[in-house]
Amino acid sequence: MTTNEPRWLRRGLIALALAFIAFFLLLPLVAVFVEALRQGFGAYLRALQEPDAWSALKLSLLVAAIAVPANLVFGIAAAWLIAKHDFRGKALLVTLIDLPFSVSPVVSGLVYVLLFGAQGLFGPWLIEHDVRILFALPGLVLATIFVTFPFVARELIPLMQEQGRDDELAALTLGASGFQTFLRVTLPNIRWGLLYGVLLCNARAMGEFGAVSVVSGHIRGLTNTLPLHVEILYNEYEFVAAFAVATLLALLALVTLALKALLEVRHGDALAARARH
Amino acid sequence: MPGFGLTLGYTLAWLSLIVLIPLTGVFVKSSALGWDGLWRVWTDARVLAALKLSFGTALAAGAFNTVFGTLVAWVLVRYRFPGRRLLDGLIDLPFALPTAVAGIALTALYAGNGWVGQWLLPLGIKVAYAPLGIVVALVFVGLPFVVRTVQPVLAEARRDIEEAGATLGATRLQIVHRLMLPALYPAMLTGFTLAFARGVGEYGSVIFIAGNLPRVTEIAPLLIVIKLEEFDYAGATAVAAAMLLLSFALLLAINLLQARLSHRAGGLR
Repeated sequence: MTTNEPRWLRRGLIALALAFIAFFLLLPLVAVFVEALRQGFGAYLRALQEPDAWSALKLSLLVAAIAVPANLVFGIAAAWLIAKHDFRGKALLVTLIDLPFSVSPVVSGLVYVLLFGAQGLFGPWLIEHDVRILFALPGLVLATIFVTFPFVARELIPLMQEQGRDDELAALTLGASGFQTFLRVTLPNIRWGLLYGVLLCNARAMGEFGAVSVVSGHIRGLTNTLPLHVEILYNEYEFVAAFAVATLLALLALVTLALKALLEVRHGDALAARARH
Repeated sequence: MPGFGLTLGYTLAWLSLIVLIPLTGVFVKSSALGWDGLWRVWTDARVLAALKLSFGTALAAGAFNTVFGTLVAWVLVRYRFPGRRLLDGLIDLPFALPTAVAGIALTALYAGNGWVGQWLLPLGIKVAYAPLGIVVALVFVGLPFVVRTVQPVLAEARRDIEEAGATLGATRLQIVHRLMLPALYPAMLTGFTLAFARGVGEYGSVIFIAGNLPRVTEIAPLLIVIKLEEFDYAGATAVAAAMLLLSFALLLAINLLQARLSHRAGGLR
């Protein structure tokens, strides 16, 4: 029966797909490492030992360390609300949670400039009380939380909906408190999905560029995250240094992909069935 | 089930503080300009050119990704070959790789002296610092959306319909063209929409390769940044509002088309 393509066509299509991915995805990745090592390994290491690169790395880690847990707590609360309860306006709420994905990163930064900028809504008050949000850590964290807002919730909602409410109801009937039920029953059920969401959230938090660029002010050594530091080096024609710092982010991306693939292979059935990321 | 009040309150409060209230600021600020002011910003030649460029390149990259993304999804679901797992894992690279890194890597590749650029330039094809470069960057960031939307639908497509078609004497081409592709159209359109929406707003991967020449290779998000740096908050907000409204109108039109396609494809899935 002809429910398969002839062998030559099959081979041709596979070759075309492989060539397409190699050219559009793999080649840029390889280019990052080749450009970074263009002047040898010594120059590469020297570029990574720059104090500005170090402070950028530390800032990126700090921002992610605040933004990811914030969205983790939100994601769990939102998923518990949406998956375990029935109420009107649920579909609207889910749409609103997804909203940051359809907003340009630049606009995500812009909204905070409008609130906290010198001409912004709270600008005069902030200046008067000498509180810095824009061009400082709070602004970077806020913009990062905005762009990574849906990641954890989006992973947990379908997963918890799929798992239903029976386990929790049984625990409650047996006398467990609400919090005990969550900790002992729900959390073990969702742990792999949670890890999956956190992984993707963290990758985006560390790598965000547009939103952070708008609120950062690009103060070297102070408000430059790793991606912003890459931009500055690149614009100063420090190509080897720019690509050297970029390899750190590329390695983070590769580790993320590897862990993600591992989770999918090992715990595929404990992740949301229709996970599409 | 306990925790309704607590999680409802927390979810709504956090959502409002982080997302909803800041976003309404865009519309409050742009309404302060009044219709005349908004219209003046929107009809400015530089703004129009930037909007046209952003939406045009996002459409082109989305269309390209729809064709090749469907091909990749097809190959991943239907065929077995060495390295398939690796290929499958690699698809998500654009989600994991920071856009600024993708931007400088693509620029290095497609510049006149880059690995790819040096072969294309003698042929008269300029990629980096030209609109084509923006399309290349948007193809990179948008590809996973199409693959990851079409893949699960294709994996769950009913083989018996294909078999029925074959038994009734249809050629393979007829089966693919008349039976299988129509069942995939809604997923392909969804993937296209996601890739397109991402492409319109994309900033990090584009600004390095684009060259950022006003009216030629200056995208709308960059224009927002430029206006912000000139402390023209109202102008920046007006461009942002135009982007949000245009995207919303396009997404609405696509959703209507989607409803019609799903209706037609309904019997085949």
